[in-house]
Amino acid sequence: MKVTDQIKISLFRTMLRIRQFEMAVREHFQKTDIPGFAHLYVGEEAVATGLCAVLNPDDYVTSTHRGHGHCIAKGADLNRLMAELWGRKTGYCKGRGGSMHVYAREVNLLGTSGIVGAGLPLSLGPAIHAKLNKSGQVSVCFFGDGAANNGTFHESINLAAVQKLPVVFVCENNLYATVTAVHESTKTENFADRAAGYGIPGVIVDGNDVMDVLEKADKAVARARSGKGPTLLECKTYRHFGHYVGEPGTAYRPQEERNEWAKRDPIRMFCTHLVENGTIDPEGIEAIEHEVEKEIVEAVEFAGNSPLPDPQTVAQHVWSGQ
Amino acid sequence: MAKMRMVEAIRAAIREEMHRDDRVFCIGEDIGIPSGFGGAFQATLGLSDEFGHERILDTPIAEAGLTGVAIGAAVMGLRPIADVQYCDFLFCAMDQLVNQLAKLHYMSGGAVKVPMVMRAPVGATMRGAQHAQSVESYFMHVPGLKIACPSTPYDAKGLLKTAVRDDDPVMFFEHKKLYGSSGVRSVKGTIDASGEVPEEEYLIPFGQAQVRRRGAHVTILASLLMLYEALAAADELAGEGIECEVIDPRTLVPFDYETLAASVRKTGRLLIVHEDTFRLGWGAEVAARIGRDCFDYLDAPVERLTAPDTPAPFAPPMERFYVPDAGRIIEAVRRLL
Repeated sequence: MKVTDQIKISLFRTMLRIRQFEMAVREHFQKTDIPGFAHLYVGEEAVATGLCAVLNPDDYVTSTHRGHGHCIAKGADLNRLMAELWGRKTGYCKGRGGSMHVYAREVNLLGTSGIVGAGLPLSLGPAIHAKLNKSGQVSVCFFGDGAANNGTFHESINLAAVQKLPVVFVCENNLYATVTAVHESTKTENFADRAAGYGIPGVIVDGNDVMDVLEKADKAVARARSGKGPTLLECKTYRHFGHYVGEPGTAYRPQEERNEWAKRDPIRMFCTHLVENGTIDPEGIEAIEHEVEKEIVEAVEFAGNSPLPDPQTVAQHVWSGQ
Repeated sequence: MAKMRMVEAIRAAIREEMHRDDRVFCIGEDIGIPSGFGGAFQATLGLSDEFGHERILDTPIAEAGLTGVAIGAAVMGLRPIADVQYCDFLFCAMDQLVNQLAKLHYMSGGAVKVPMVMRAPVGATMRGAQHAQSVESYFMHVPGLKIACPSTPYDAKGLLKTAVRDDDPVMFFEHKKLYGSSGVRSVKGTIDASGEVPEEEYLIPFGQAQVRRRGAHVTILASLLMLYEALAAADELAGEGIECEVIDPRTLVPFDYETLAASVRKTGRLLIVHEDTFRLGWGAEVAARIGRDCFDYLDAPVERLTAPDTPAPFAPPMERFYVPDAGRIIEAVRRLL
């Protein structure tokens, strides 16, 4: 894939869209507009953005509990996504799902998930569908370092490998499974090293560098699409905030570590890169910021002005045809 | 006596049992990480400082794995207290729980014992369908598993200590809104369930229900959060001269049918309330038993008030509608009279 200036600017816009969306989620969660749990993707934007940039609109994505970024990068409608987080009738799942259970079928986003590791085997389903239909579609499975130690990781990758399914496994290693540091749960240095055990390529990716993600994702997706089977990408990244809004993430993560990763903010790094290389000037950046801000304000207004679902309809959608 | 929140009483029980018996240890996800949560709702907070990380054993997110480890350790004579962060995650470990834990003693002709406790938080707290279930009924169906569901700190401590000493496996269900967890792990809609807990050691035997309120007109059977809704309903109904007898089963397996039947023979009416869904919820089993055992005493069919047969919805007004409350209990009692 040739990365034109236009594509680069589009990457920047998507990352910013995710960042601003998440900051709005944070604000409105704190104001109690948003109920339940909200796990923010702030700091990890380059992963979903770089990955989804090499996908076709009809490729599939399975996501995690920290899934808003995947939804946005895959092209989900910000209004309907925000409304779902607010538990509104106009949300993607009519208020039944919430942050951890978003399904945006129209962009083939096949679910964020409240169960760690659940998306891994699920992602093989679309891949088998694509293979049987010879459609050339690819299934991308995002999961975290926590899920990489769940049994579903082994079952899924082995099965995908042996069946040469068109899957790209994307481990977003943000170094902490809730509060457990990766070195407390995992003996190997890199999750990517495990790929050898399944006979597939394993690739370490700088998850804060959107260009590195894009380049390596492009190869993995091309490999999957051409029928050669899955790849395991390990994207090293970091969440800026705690496990969820309301949990600061400071007690169990050293200040120095947080500072180091803050310096490697994926959006700031890419912005600097774009300006320094003359891809865009600061005025252009500012214009994009304003445009994105407007979109987010609209999404918040849409969610806030949307009706809540009628409780009497709670049984609707237990069965199909309702 | 000391006033304790539910989560403190659970922690006290674990601490006392670990001091008493070297074979007792805890295993779970994020239960003893330094500066972590101390378990999803703080039940093991601080215990790794006291007992070390070998006995407060943190595992990766691997439910089937950690459950199997605990089972294997229990077979060897250790006394594991295992822990999942939300009861919904138990389904990730169903083979270990149902095909292994529940059956090993039987299949081995009694040669193997599995003295293990599996603790799990239940209840809808606006987190959506995969962090909201009440799963007691699933496990009540499995021969070989005992089930406790404490509603007060006193019961939580006494029942958990009994569970640890039991030679059979115990599923120990705790309600998120009753814990009284604090800070980053506080739960919206929490009910103040704190209460007096004796300093000295005590055990509560399984299979002994507790009559929480005396009344002559109708019996309400309710556990966990629903007990508090039932008591609130009973208070309000008392103002109208309707006296409810409120019974807390405390354990579902074994179940104290004697206490319940004695109450129903007196009142002639029974309302069963649980947060679990309706169809084959544990209330169905109890209703069938009471329908048979108290047939001649019943003045009305046994009523059940439960969550509807749907997954737990996310939107707050839907969740409020989904979980039975005092208002709905009052309506159900009126229907019975």
